[in-house]
Amino acid sequence: LSRIGDELYLEPTESGLSLRAVNSSRSAFASFLFAPLFFQLYEPGGAGPDTELFRCKVHMKSFLGVFRSLPSLEKSVGKCLILLKPRASRLVLQLHCKYGVTKTHNLAFQECERLQAVFDTQSCASRLCAPARVLAEAVVHFPLTLAEVTLGTGPGGKISLRNYVEDEAEPSKTMVTELWLAEDEFQSVAVAPGSHITFCLKEFRGLLGFAEASNLPLTIHFDEPGRPVVFTLDDTVLEVHLVLATLSDLNSNSQSPSTNGVSHLPVPSDDFADDLESYMAAMETSEGGSGGPPSPTF
Amino acid sequence: GERYALSASLDNARHLSSLLRAVHFQDHATCFATASGLRVTVEDAKCIQANAFIQAEIFQEFSVQEESVMFRISLSVLLDCLTIFGTSSLPGTSTALRMCYRGYGYPLMLFLEEGGVVTVCKINTQEPEELLDFDFCSTKVVNKIILQSEGLREAFAELDMTSEVLQITMSPDKPYFRLSTFGNAGSAHLDYPRDSDLMEAFHCSQTQTNRYKISLLKPSTKALALSCKVSIRTDAQGFLSLQYMIRNEDGQICFVEYYCCPDENISEAEL
Repeated sequence: LSRIGDELYLEPTESGLSLRAVNSSRSAFASFLFAPLFFQLYEPGGAGPDTELFRCKVHMKSFLGVFRSLPSLEKSVGKCLILLKPRASRLVLQLHCKYGVTKTHNLAFQECERLQAVFDTQSCASRLCAPARVLAEAVVHFPLTLAEVTLGTGPGGKISLRNYVEDEAEPSKTMVTELWLAEDEFQSVAVAPGSHITFCLKEFRGLLGFAEASNLPLTIHFDEPGRPVVFTLDDTVLEVHLVLATLSDLNSNSQSPSTNGVSHLPVPSDDFADDLESYMAAMETSEGGSGGPPSPTF
Repeated sequence: GERYALSASLDNARHLSSLLRAVHFQDHATCFATASGLRVTVEDAKCIQANAFIQAEIFQEFSVQEESVMFRISLSVLLDCLTIFGTSSLPGTSTALRMCYRGYGYPLMLFLEEGGVVTVCKINTQEPEELLDFDFCSTKVVNKIILQSEGLREAFAELDMTSEVLQITMSPDKPYFRLSTFGNAGSAHLDYPRDSDLMEAFHCSQTQTNRYKISLLKPSTKALALSCKVSIRTDAQGFLSLQYMIRNEDGQICFVEYYCCPDENISEAEL
Protein backbone atom coordinates (compact mmCIF):
# COMPACT_ATOMS: atom_id res chain seq x y z
CA LEU A 1 0.00 0.00 0.00
CA SER A 2 2.90 2.36 0.66
CA ARG A 3 3.95 1.93 -2.99
CA ILE A 4 0.62 3.46 -3.98
CA GLY A 5 0.00 6.39 -1.66
CA ASP A 6 1.22 8.43 1.30
CA GLU A 7 -1.93 7.97 3.33
CA LEU A 8 -3.46 4.82 4.72
CA TYR A 9 -7.26 4.72 4.85
CA LEU A 10 -8.77 2.49 7.51
CA GLU A 11 -12.36 1.48 7.15
CA PRO A 12 -13.89 -1.05 9.52
CA THR A 13 -16.86 -2.76 7.90
CA GLU A 14 -19.17 -5.60 8.88
CA SER A 15 -17.29 -7.83 6.43
CA GLY A 16 -13.91 -6.94 7.86
CA LEU A 17 -11.24 -4.27 8.16
CA SER A 18 -10.43 -2.57 4.90
CA LEU A 19 -7.06 -0.84 4.39
CA ARG A 20 -6.85 1.33 1.28
CA ALA A 21 -4.60 3.70 -0.56
CA VAL A 22 -4.80 5.91 -3.62
CA ASN A 23 -2.04 7.73 -5.46
CA SER A 24 -1.88 11.48 -5.89
CA SER A 25 -2.93 11.41 -9.55
CA ARG A 26 -5.87 9.11 -8.70
CA SER A 27 -4.63 6.62 -11.28
CA ALA A 28 -4.00 3.79 -8.81
CA PHE A 29 -6.15 2.43 -5.99
CA ALA A 30 -5.58 -0.58 -3.77
CA SER A 31 -7.61 -2.18 -1.03
CA PHE A 32 -6.94 -5.02 1.36
CA LEU A 33 -9.99 -6.43 3.08
CA PHE A 34 -9.22 -8.60 6.12
CA ALA A 35 -12.22 -10.72 7.05
CA PRO A 36 -13.27 -10.91 10.74
CA LEU A 37 -11.86 -14.46 10.86
CA PHE A 38 -8.39 -13.10 10.11
CA PHE A 39 -8.39 -11.57 13.60
CA GLN A 40 -8.55 -13.15 17.06
CA LEU A 41 -11.11 -10.51 17.92
CA TYR A 42 -12.93 -8.17 15.56
CA GLU A 43 -15.36 -5.56 16.86
CA PRO A 44 -16.14 -2.95 14.21
CA GLY A 45 -17.94 -0.88 16.81
CA GLY A 46 -20.69 1.52 15.95
CA ALA A 47 -23.32 2.73 18.41
CA GLY A 48 -26.28 1.17 16.64
CA PRO A 49 -27.38 -0.58 13.45
CA ASP A 50 -27.94 2.71 11.63
CA THR A 51 -24.80 4.61 12.63
CA GLU A 52 -22.05 4.54 10.04
CA LEU A 53 -18.88 2.88 11.16
CA PHE A 54 -16.05 5.30 11.81
CA ARG A 55 -13.33 5.62 9.17
CA CYS A 56 -10.09 7.55 9.13
CA LYS A 57 -6.79 8.02 7.41
CA VAL A 58 -3.26 8.21 8.83
CA HIS A 59 0.12 9.06 7.35
CA MET A 60 1.54 5.91 5.79
CA LYS A 61 4.99 6.60 7.29
CA SER A 62 3.55 6.93 10.79
CA PHE A 63 1.73 3.63 10.50
CA LEU A 64 4.71 1.81 9.00
CA GLY A 65 6.92 3.23 11.76
CA VAL A 66 5.08 1.07 14.26
CA PHE A 67 6.03 -2.12 12.40
CA ARG A 68 9.59 -1.16 11.66
CA SER A 69 11.56 -4.37 11.49
CA LEU A 70 9.62 -7.42 10.32
CA PRO A 71 12.19 -10.03 11.45
CA SER A 72 12.34 -8.56 14.96
CA LEU A 73 8.53 -8.30 15.02
CA GLU A 74 8.25 -11.98 14.29
CA LYS A 75 10.68 -12.79 17.08
CA SER A 76 9.39 -10.54 19.80
CA VAL A 77 5.76 -9.57 19.22
CA GLY A 78 2.97 -11.89 20.24
CA LYS A 79 -0.15 -9.82 19.63
CA CYS A 80 -1.20 -6.55 18.09
CA LEU A 81 -4.20 -4.59 19.28
CA ILE A 82 -5.71 -1.92 17.04
CA LEU A 83 -8.15 0.50 18.63
CA LEU A 84 -9.87 3.37 16.95
CA LYS A 85 -10.73 6.07 19.48
CA PRO A 86 -12.71 8.76 17.67
CA ARG A 87 -13.31 10.86 20.78
CA ALA A 88 -9.62 10.98 21.63
CA SER A 89 -8.74 11.43 17.93
CA ARG A 90 -6.30 8.60 18.22
CA LEU A 91 -5.62 5.36 16.43
CA VAL A 92 -4.01 3.13 19.03
CA LEU A 93 -1.65 0.36 17.96
CA GLN A 94 -0.49 -1.73 20.86
CA LEU A 95 2.12 -4.44 20.44
CA HIS A 96 2.29 -7.10 23.14
CA CYS A 97 5.88 -8.31 23.17
CA LYS A 98 8.11 -10.85 24.82
CA TYR A 99 8.90 -10.51 28.55
CA GLY A 100 5.61 -8.78 29.24
CA VAL A 101 6.71 -5.62 27.45
CA THR A 102 3.97 -3.50 25.84
CA LYS A 103 4.54 -0.94 23.09
CA THR A 104 1.68 1.50 22.67
CA HIS A 105 1.54 3.92 19.73
CA ASN A 106 -1.07 6.65 19.71
CA LEU A 107 -1.29 7.92 16.14
CA ALA A 108 -3.10 11.07 15.13
CA PHE A 109 -5.64 10.51 12.36
CA GLN A 110 -7.83 12.54 10.05
CA GLU A 111 -11.44 11.87 9.32
CA CYS A 112 -12.07 11.19 5.67
CA GLU A 113 -14.59 10.41 2.99
CA ARG A 114 -15.05 6.86 1.81
CA LEU A 115 -12.31 5.96 -0.62
CA GLN A 116 -13.59 3.69 -3.34
CA ALA A 117 -12.53 3.17 -6.92
CA VAL A 118 -15.24 2.53 -9.47
CA PHE A 119 -14.72 -0.80 -11.16
CA ASP A 120 -16.56 -3.96 -12.06
CA THR A 121 -14.56 -7.08 -12.71
CA GLN A 122 -17.66 -8.83 -14.08
CA SER A 123 -17.85 -6.47 -17.02
CA CYS A 124 -14.23 -6.98 -18.10
CA ALA A 125 -13.82 -8.68 -21.47
CA SER A 126 -10.59 -10.46 -20.53
CA ARG A 127 -9.36 -12.34 -17.52
CA LEU A 128 -6.07 -14.09 -16.76
CA CYS A 129 -5.05 -16.00 -13.69
CA ALA A 130 -1.49 -17.05 -12.93
CA PRO A 131 0.61 -18.00 -9.92
CA ALA A 132 2.35 -14.87 -8.67
CA ARG A 133 5.71 -16.50 -9.31
CA VAL A 134 5.12 -16.71 -13.08
CA LEU A 135 4.38 -13.00 -13.31
CA ALA A 136 7.19 -12.09 -10.93
CA GLU A 137 9.67 -14.02 -13.06
CA ALA A 138 8.38 -12.26 -16.16
CA VAL A 139 8.53 -8.78 -14.68
CA VAL A 140 12.10 -9.24 -13.47
CA HIS A 141 13.33 -8.74 -17.04
CA PHE A 142 12.24 -5.13 -17.04
CA PRO A 143 14.42 -2.44 -15.47
CA LEU A 144 13.26 -1.07 -12.13
CA THR A 145 13.04 2.39 -13.65
CA LEU A 146 10.57 1.32 -16.32
CA ALA A 147 7.37 3.26 -15.92
CA GLU A 148 4.84 1.41 -18.03
CA VAL A 149 4.39 -2.05 -19.42
CA THR A 150 2.02 -3.36 -22.09
CA LEU A 151 0.22 -6.63 -21.57
CA GLY A 152 -1.16 -8.15 -24.75
CA THR A 153 -2.75 -11.25 -26.17
CA GLY A 154 -1.27 -12.84 -29.23
CA PRO A 155 -1.83 -15.71 -31.58
CA GLY A 156 -1.98 -19.19 -30.14
CA GLY A 157 -3.28 -17.90 -26.82
CA LYS A 158 0.12 -16.49 -25.92
CA ILE A 159 0.34 -13.55 -23.56
CA SER A 160 2.98 -10.88 -24.10
CA LEU A 161 4.61 -8.35 -21.86
CA ARG A 162 6.67 -5.58 -23.34
CA ASN A 163 7.99 -2.28 -22.09
CA TYR A 164 5.95 0.66 -23.25
CA VAL A 165 7.84 3.07 -25.46
CA GLU A 166 6.53 6.57 -25.96
CA ASP A 167 5.81 7.92 -29.44
CA GLU A 168 8.44 10.60 -29.10
CA ALA A 169 11.22 8.10 -28.41
CA GLU A 170 13.86 7.69 -31.10
CA PRO A 171 13.66 4.20 -32.53
CA SER A 172 17.43 3.77 -32.83
CA LYS A 173 18.01 4.67 -29.20
CA THR A 174 15.28 2.56 -27.74
CA MET A 175 15.60 -0.90 -26.29
CA VAL A 176 12.51 -3.00 -26.51
CA THR A 177 12.12 -5.99 -24.26
CA GLU A 178 9.30 -8.33 -25.04
CA LEU A 179 8.50 -11.69 -23.58
CA TRP A 180 5.81 -14.22 -24.31
CA LEU A 181 4.12 -16.54 -21.90
CA ALA A 182 2.42 -19.69 -23.10
CA GLU A 183 -1.19 -20.35 -22.19
CA ASP A 184 -0.26 -23.33 -20.03
CA GLU A 185 1.68 -21.08 -17.62
CA PHE A 186 -1.65 -19.62 -16.56
CA GLN A 187 -4.26 -21.21 -14.37
CA SER A 188 -6.94 -19.76 -16.57
CA VAL A 189 -7.06 -17.65 -19.70
CA ALA A 190 -10.29 -16.06 -20.94
CA VAL A 191 -9.22 -13.21 -23.17
CA ALA A 192 -10.54 -11.24 -26.08
CA PRO A 193 -8.11 -11.86 -28.96
CA GLY A 194 -5.85 -9.00 -30.02
CA SER A 195 -6.41 -7.08 -26.82
CA HIS A 196 -3.76 -5.13 -25.02
CA ILE A 197 -3.45 -2.67 -22.14
CA THR A 198 -0.66 -0.44 -20.86
CA PHE A 199 -0.33 0.25 -17.15
CA CYS A 200 2.17 1.44 -14.55
CA LEU A 201 4.66 -1.23 -13.58
CA LYS A 202 5.82 0.29 -10.27
CA GLU A 203 2.43 -0.01 -8.61
CA PHE A 204 1.95 -3.49 -10.00
CA ARG A 205 5.34 -4.64 -8.62
CA GLY A 206 4.18 -3.78 -5.12
CA LEU A 207 1.20 -6.10 -5.35
CA LEU A 208 3.28 -8.78 -7.05
CA GLY A 209 5.70 -8.77 -4.10
CA PHE A 210 2.84 -9.31 -1.70
CA ALA A 211 1.30 -12.04 -3.85
CA GLU A 212 4.59 -13.90 -4.10
CA ALA A 213 5.21 -13.70 -0.35
CA SER A 214 1.71 -15.00 0.40
CA ASN A 215 1.85 -17.58 -2.40
CA LEU A 216 -1.48 -16.51 -3.87
CA PRO A 217 -2.52 -16.69 -7.52
CA LEU A 218 -3.06 -13.33 -9.17
CA THR A 219 -6.05 -12.62 -11.41
CA ILE A 220 -5.90 -9.84 -13.99
CA HIS A 221 -9.21 -8.41 -15.22
CA PHE A 222 -8.97 -6.08 -18.20
CA ASP A 223 -10.94 -4.61 -21.02
CA GLU A 224 -10.26 -1.97 -23.68
CA PRO A 225 -7.30 0.40 -23.45
CA GLY A 226 -8.31 3.34 -21.28
CA ARG A 227 -10.53 1.26 -19.02
CA PRO A 228 -8.95 0.33 -15.69
CA VAL A 229 -7.15 -2.98 -15.17
CA VAL A 230 -8.04 -4.78 -11.95
CA PHE A 231 -5.64 -7.18 -10.22
CA THR A 232 -7.13 -9.38 -7.55
CA LEU A 233 -5.87 -11.79 -4.93
CA ASP A 234 -8.24 -14.03 -3.08
CA ASP A 235 -7.87 -16.01 0.08
CA THR A 236 -10.29 -17.30 2.69
CA VAL A 237 -9.62 -14.32 4.96
CA LEU A 238 -8.21 -11.73 2.60
CA GLU A 239 -9.43 -9.96 -0.52
CA VAL A 240 -7.03 -7.71 -2.39
CA HIS A 241 -7.82 -5.36 -5.25
CA LEU A 242 -5.43 -3.18 -7.19
CA VAL A 243 -7.05 -0.92 -9.78
CA LEU A 244 -4.79 0.86 -12.24
CA ALA A 245 -5.67 3.29 -14.99
CA THR A 246 -4.53 2.21 -18.44
CA LEU A 247 -3.40 4.24 -21.41
CA SER A 248 -6.10 4.84 -23.98
CA ASP A 249 -5.30 3.82 -27.53
CA LEU A 250 -4.91 6.97 -29.60
CA ASN A 251 -4.38 5.19 -32.94
CA SER A 252 -6.38 2.02 -33.15
CA ASN A 253 -4.14 -0.68 -34.52
CA SER A 254 -5.36 -4.04 -35.78
CA GLN A 255 -1.87 -5.48 -35.39
CA SER A 256 -0.94 -6.71 -31.98
CA PRO A 257 0.57 -5.06 -29.85
CA SER A 258 0.78 -1.39 -30.85
CA THR A 259 4.32 -0.73 -32.00
CA ASN A 260 4.36 3.07 -32.09
CA GLY A 261 6.88 3.09 -34.89
CA VAL A 262 9.35 0.84 -33.15
CA SER A 263 10.05 -2.44 -34.87
CA HIS A 264 8.97 -5.40 -32.83
CA LEU A 265 10.27 -8.91 -32.68
CA PRO A 266 8.22 -11.51 -34.50
CA VAL A 267 6.06 -13.83 -32.41
CA PRO A 268 8.07 -16.99 -31.83
CA SER A 269 6.66 -20.19 -33.33
CA ASP A 270 4.99 -22.72 -31.07
CA ASP A 271 8.03 -24.95 -30.98
CA PHE A 272 10.31 -22.07 -30.07
CA ALA A 273 11.40 -23.90 -26.96
CA ASP A 274 12.73 -26.75 -29.12
CA ASP A 275 13.88 -24.82 -32.15
CA LEU A 276 16.25 -22.02 -31.14
CA GLU A 277 18.04 -22.02 -34.51
CA SER A 278 15.03 -21.23 -36.64
CA TYR A 279 14.09 -18.44 -34.25
CA MET A 280 17.50 -16.85 -34.58
CA ALA A 281 17.15 -16.96 -38.34
CA ALA A 282 13.73 -15.31 -38.07
CA MET A 283 15.27 -12.45 -36.08
CA GLU A 284 17.90 -11.77 -38.71
CA THR A 285 15.35 -11.33 -41.42
CA SER A 286 12.88 -9.23 -39.41
CA GLU A 287 12.48 -5.53 -40.18
CA GLY A 288 15.30 -3.87 -38.36
CA GLY A 289 15.14 -0.36 -36.93
CA SER A 290 17.28 2.30 -38.55
CA GLY A 291 20.72 1.14 -37.61
CA GLY A 292 20.98 -2.24 -39.28
CA PRO A 293 19.62 -5.68 -38.50
CA PRO A 294 19.54 -6.66 -34.85
CA SER A 295 22.20 -9.15 -33.89
CA PRO A 296 21.19 -12.26 -32.01
CA THR A 297 22.07 -11.77 -28.40
CA PHE A 298 21.45 -15.22 -26.98
CA GLY B 1 64.45 4.64 32.49
CA GLU B 2 62.21 7.63 32.32
CA ARG B 3 59.57 8.15 34.93
CA TYR B 4 56.17 8.46 33.41
CA ALA B 5 53.28 10.01 35.30
CA LEU B 6 51.10 7.38 33.66
CA SER B 7 52.25 4.20 31.98
CA ALA B 8 50.05 1.31 30.90
CA SER B 9 50.13 -1.79 28.70
CA LEU B 10 47.19 -3.60 27.19
CA ASP B 11 47.39 -6.78 25.11
CA ASN B 12 44.16 -6.03 23.31
CA ALA B 13 43.51 -2.36 22.57
CA ARG B 14 39.87 -3.21 21.82
CA HIS B 15 39.28 -3.53 25.56
CA LEU B 16 39.87 0.19 25.69
CA SER B 17 38.61 1.41 22.31
CA SER B 18 35.17 -0.23 22.51
CA LEU B 19 34.50 1.41 25.87
CA LEU B 20 35.69 4.79 24.68
CA ARG B 21 33.36 4.54 21.66
CA ALA B 22 30.47 4.08 24.06
CA VAL B 23 31.07 7.60 25.40
CA HIS B 24 32.22 9.27 22.20
CA PHE B 25 29.48 11.86 21.62
CA GLN B 26 31.78 14.86 21.81
CA ASP B 27 35.17 15.45 20.36
CA HIS B 28 37.01 16.05 23.61
CA ALA B 29 37.31 13.99 26.77
CA THR B 30 38.97 14.31 30.13
CA CYS B 31 41.20 11.44 31.24
CA PHE B 32 41.66 10.88 34.94
CA ALA B 33 44.00 8.17 36.14
CA THR B 34 44.67 6.89 39.64
CA ALA B 35 46.19 3.66 40.88
CA SER B 36 42.69 2.12 40.61
CA GLY B 37 42.45 2.72 36.92
CA LEU B 38 41.44 5.07 34.15
CA ARG B 39 38.27 7.16 33.91
CA VAL B 40 37.40 8.94 30.67
CA THR B 41 34.73 11.64 30.90
CA VAL B 42 32.75 13.33 28.12
CA GLU B 43 30.23 16.11 28.71
CA ASP B 44 27.75 18.14 26.67
CA ALA B 45 25.56 21.17 27.18
CA LYS B 46 26.27 21.22 30.91
CA CYS B 47 23.47 18.65 31.09
CA ILE B 48 24.95 15.29 30.33
CA GLN B 49 28.07 13.45 31.42
CA ALA B 50 29.35 10.03 30.42
CA ASN B 51 32.15 8.17 32.13
CA ALA B 52 34.00 5.09 30.95
CA PHE B 53 35.83 3.19 33.70
CA ILE B 54 38.67 0.87 32.85
CA GLN B 55 40.07 -0.49 36.10
CA ALA B 56 43.78 -1.21 36.56
CA GLU B 57 43.14 -5.00 36.55
CA ILE B 58 42.12 -4.85 32.88
CA PHE B 59 45.60 -3.69 31.92
CA GLN B 60 48.62 -5.97 31.85
CA GLU B 61 50.58 -3.13 33.38
CA PHE B 62 49.22 0.05 34.96
CA SER B 63 51.21 2.54 36.99
CA VAL B 64 50.48 6.10 38.07
CA GLN B 65 53.35 7.93 39.75
CA GLU B 66 51.49 10.76 41.45
CA GLU B 67 48.24 10.46 43.34
CA SER B 68 46.36 11.20 40.17
CA VAL B 69 46.94 12.34 36.64
CA MET B 70 44.44 14.40 34.65
CA PHE B 71 44.45 15.83 31.15
CA ARG B 72 42.09 16.78 28.34
CA ILE B 73 42.51 15.12 24.96
CA SER B 74 40.78 14.74 21.61
CA LEU B 75 38.78 11.55 21.97
CA SER B 76 38.24 11.37 18.21
CA VAL B 77 41.99 11.36 17.61
CA LEU B 78 42.62 8.91 20.44
CA LEU B 79 40.06 6.49 18.99
CA ASP B 80 41.48 6.87 15.49
CA CYS B 81 44.91 5.96 16.84
CA LEU B 82 43.73 3.02 18.92
CA THR B 83 42.01 1.61 15.84
CA ILE B 84 44.76 2.50 13.42
CA PHE B 85 45.09 -1.09 12.28
CA GLY B 86 41.42 -1.19 11.39
CA THR B 87 38.25 -1.86 13.29
CA SER B 88 37.30 -5.25 11.92
CA SER B 89 38.76 -7.99 14.04
CA LEU B 90 40.10 -11.20 12.59
CA PRO B 91 39.90 -14.02 15.09
CA GLY B 92 43.14 -14.40 16.98
CA THR B 93 44.56 -11.01 16.01
CA SER B 94 44.59 -8.02 18.26
CA THR B 95 46.40 -4.72 18.58
CA ALA B 96 48.75 -4.46 21.55
CA LEU B 97 48.96 -1.05 23.22
CA ARG B 98 51.47 0.76 25.37
CA MET B 99 50.46 4.17 26.67
CA CYS B 100 52.89 6.69 28.24
CA TYR B 101 52.32 10.15 29.64
CA ARG B 102 55.18 12.17 31.12
CA GLY B 103 52.99 14.66 32.89
CA TYR B 104 51.52 18.12 32.61
CA GLY B 105 52.19 19.71 29.24
CA TYR B 106 53.45 16.51 27.61
CA PRO B 107 51.66 14.64 24.83
CA LEU B 108 50.14 11.21 25.32
CA MET B 109 52.33 8.60 23.57
CA LEU B 110 50.76 5.49 22.12
CA PHE B 111 52.71 2.50 20.81
CA LEU B 112 50.48 0.15 18.87
CA GLU B 113 51.57 -3.18 17.47
CA GLU B 114 49.83 -5.73 15.33
CA GLY B 115 51.41 -8.54 13.36
CA GLY B 116 54.89 -7.15 13.85
CA VAL B 117 53.97 -3.68 12.57
CA VAL B 118 54.45 -0.85 15.07
CA THR B 119 52.80 2.57 14.99
CA VAL B 120 53.81 5.40 17.28
CA CYS B 121 51.29 8.15 17.98
CA LYS B 122 51.80 11.38 19.83
CA ILE B 123 48.60 13.15 20.84
CA ASN B 124 48.67 16.63 22.34
CA THR B 125 47.01 17.07 25.68
CA GLN B 126 45.23 20.14 27.05
CA GLU B 127 44.45 21.73 30.36
CA PRO B 128 41.64 19.73 31.97
CA GLU B 129 38.36 21.63 32.40
CA GLU B 130 36.16 21.53 35.43
CA LEU B 131 33.77 18.63 35.30
CA LEU B 132 30.13 18.55 36.37
CA ASP B 133 29.42 16.93 39.69
CA PHE B 134 26.00 15.33 39.65
CA ASP B 135 26.43 14.43 43.33
CA PHE B 136 24.59 11.21 42.75
CA CYS B 137 25.06 8.85 45.62
CA SER B 138 23.10 5.80 46.68
CA THR B 139 21.51 7.54 49.67
CA LYS B 140 19.85 10.09 47.43
CA VAL B 141 18.34 7.54 45.05
CA VAL B 142 14.53 7.58 44.98
CA ASN B 143 13.88 4.95 42.32
CA LYS B 144 16.12 2.21 40.99
CA ILE B 145 15.69 -0.66 38.56
CA ILE B 146 18.11 -3.06 36.96
CA LEU B 147 17.17 -4.39 33.55
CA GLN B 148 18.75 -6.87 31.20
CA SER B 149 20.09 -4.77 28.34
CA GLU B 150 18.59 -7.13 25.77
CA GLY B 151 15.16 -5.75 26.58
CA LEU B 152 16.11 -2.13 26.01
CA ARG B 153 18.46 -2.34 23.04
CA GLU B 154 15.82 -2.37 20.32
CA ALA B 155 13.79 0.28 22.12
CA PHE B 156 16.69 2.72 22.21
CA ALA B 157 17.76 1.98 18.67
CA GLU B 158 14.20 2.69 17.45
CA LEU B 159 13.47 5.77 19.58
CA ASP B 160 11.29 8.26 17.75
CA MET B 161 13.85 10.99 17.15
CA THR B 162 11.16 13.41 16.00
CA SER B 163 10.31 13.68 19.69
CA GLU B 164 12.29 16.33 21.54
CA VAL B 165 12.17 14.47 24.80
CA LEU B 166 12.40 11.00 26.24
CA GLN B 167 10.06 10.75 29.19
CA ILE B 168 10.85 8.20 31.88
CA THR B 169 8.22 7.12 34.39
CA MET B 170 9.15 4.97 37.37
CA SER B 171 6.51 3.93 39.84
CA PRO B 172 5.63 1.32 42.46
CA ASP B 173 2.27 1.09 40.62
CA LYS B 174 1.38 0.64 36.94
CA PRO B 175 2.96 1.33 34.52
CA TYR B 176 6.03 0.57 36.76
CA PHE B 177 8.63 1.53 34.17
CA ARG B 178 7.65 3.46 31.04
CA LEU B 179 9.62 5.13 28.27
CA SER B 180 7.62 7.66 26.25
CA THR B 181 8.19 9.81 23.20
CA PHE B 182 6.01 12.52 21.66
CA GLY B 183 6.91 12.76 17.99
CA ASN B 184 5.36 13.86 14.71
CA ALA B 185 3.36 10.66 14.26
CA GLY B 186 1.96 10.76 17.79
CA SER B 187 2.99 9.48 21.19
CA ALA B 188 4.57 6.10 21.88
CA HIS B 189 4.90 4.33 25.23
CA LEU B 190 7.07 1.37 26.07
CA ASP B 191 6.02 -0.39 29.29
CA TYR B 192 8.07 -2.88 31.31
CA PRO B 193 6.11 -4.61 34.08
CA ARG B 194 7.83 -5.14 37.41
CA ASP B 195 7.50 -8.91 37.12
CA SER B 196 9.04 -9.10 33.64
CA ASP B 197 11.81 -11.66 33.17
CA LEU B 198 13.98 -8.75 32.06
CA MET B 199 13.65 -6.99 35.40
CA GLU B 200 16.56 -8.03 37.64
CA ALA B 201 15.80 -5.57 40.41
CA PHE B 202 12.88 -3.24 41.04
CA HIS B 203 13.08 -0.69 43.86
CA CYS B 204 10.61 2.11 43.21
CA SER B 205 9.19 3.91 46.21
CA GLN B 206 7.66 6.96 44.56
CA THR B 207 5.98 7.74 41.25
CA GLN B 208 8.29 9.97 39.24
CA THR B 209 7.99 11.21 35.69
CA ASN B 210 10.89 13.09 34.19
CA ARG B 211 11.73 14.30 30.72
CA TYR B 212 15.20 14.39 29.22
CA LYS B 213 16.35 15.84 25.90
CA ILE B 214 16.35 12.87 23.56
CA SER B 215 19.34 14.14 21.58
CA LEU B 216 21.43 14.03 24.77
CA LEU B 217 20.43 10.49 25.70
CA LYS B 218 20.55 8.92 22.23
CA PRO B 219 24.37 8.43 22.35
CA SER B 220 23.91 6.13 25.35
CA THR B 221 22.54 3.58 22.86
CA LYS B 222 26.17 2.61 22.11
CA ALA B 223 26.84 1.79 25.75
CA LEU B 224 23.58 -0.14 25.90
CA ALA B 225 24.54 -2.17 22.85
CA LEU B 226 27.78 -3.30 24.53
CA SER B 227 26.28 -3.99 27.92
CA CYS B 228 24.58 -6.99 29.46
CA LYS B 229 22.81 -5.12 32.26
CA VAL B 230 21.77 -1.55 32.96
CA SER B 231 20.81 0.14 36.18
CA ILE B 232 18.46 3.11 35.96
CA ARG B 233 18.27 5.44 38.94
CA THR B 234 16.69 8.81 39.65
CA ASP B 235 17.06 11.16 42.59
CA ALA B 236 14.60 13.64 44.12
CA GLN B 237 15.51 16.33 41.55
CA GLY B 238 14.91 13.96 38.64
CA PHE B 239 18.57 13.58 37.76
CA LEU B 240 19.07 10.37 35.87
CA SER B 241 21.89 7.87 36.29
CA LEU B 242 22.34 5.06 33.79
CA GLN B 243 25.02 2.52 34.65
CA TYR B 244 26.00 -0.09 32.10
CA MET B 245 27.78 -3.32 32.97
CA ILE B 246 29.99 -4.34 30.06
CA ARG B 247 31.73 -7.65 29.69
CA ASN B 248 34.71 -7.63 27.32
CA GLU B 249 36.01 -10.43 25.07
CA ASP B 250 38.00 -11.91 27.96
CA GLY B 251 35.02 -11.89 30.30
CA GLN B 252 36.28 -8.94 32.34
CA ILE B 253 33.75 -6.43 33.66
CA CYS B 254 33.90 -2.70 33.01
CA PHE B 255 31.42 0.08 33.58
CA VAL B 256 30.11 3.03 31.65
CA GLU B 257 27.76 5.50 33.22
CA TYR B 258 25.64 8.36 31.92
CA TYR B 259 24.23 11.19 34.04
CA CYS B 260 21.57 13.49 32.70
CA CYS B 261 19.68 16.55 33.99
CA PRO B 262 15.91 16.55 33.60
CA ASP B 263 14.50 18.81 30.89
CA GLU B 264 11.51 19.78 33.01
CA ASN B 265 9.76 18.27 35.97
CA ILE B 266 6.14 17.35 35.44
CA SER B 267 3.91 15.66 37.95
CA GLU B 268 1.58 13.86 35.55
CA ALA B 269 2.46 11.67 32.60
CA GLU B 270 1.04 12.74 29.25
CA LEU B 271 -1.08 9.99 27.72
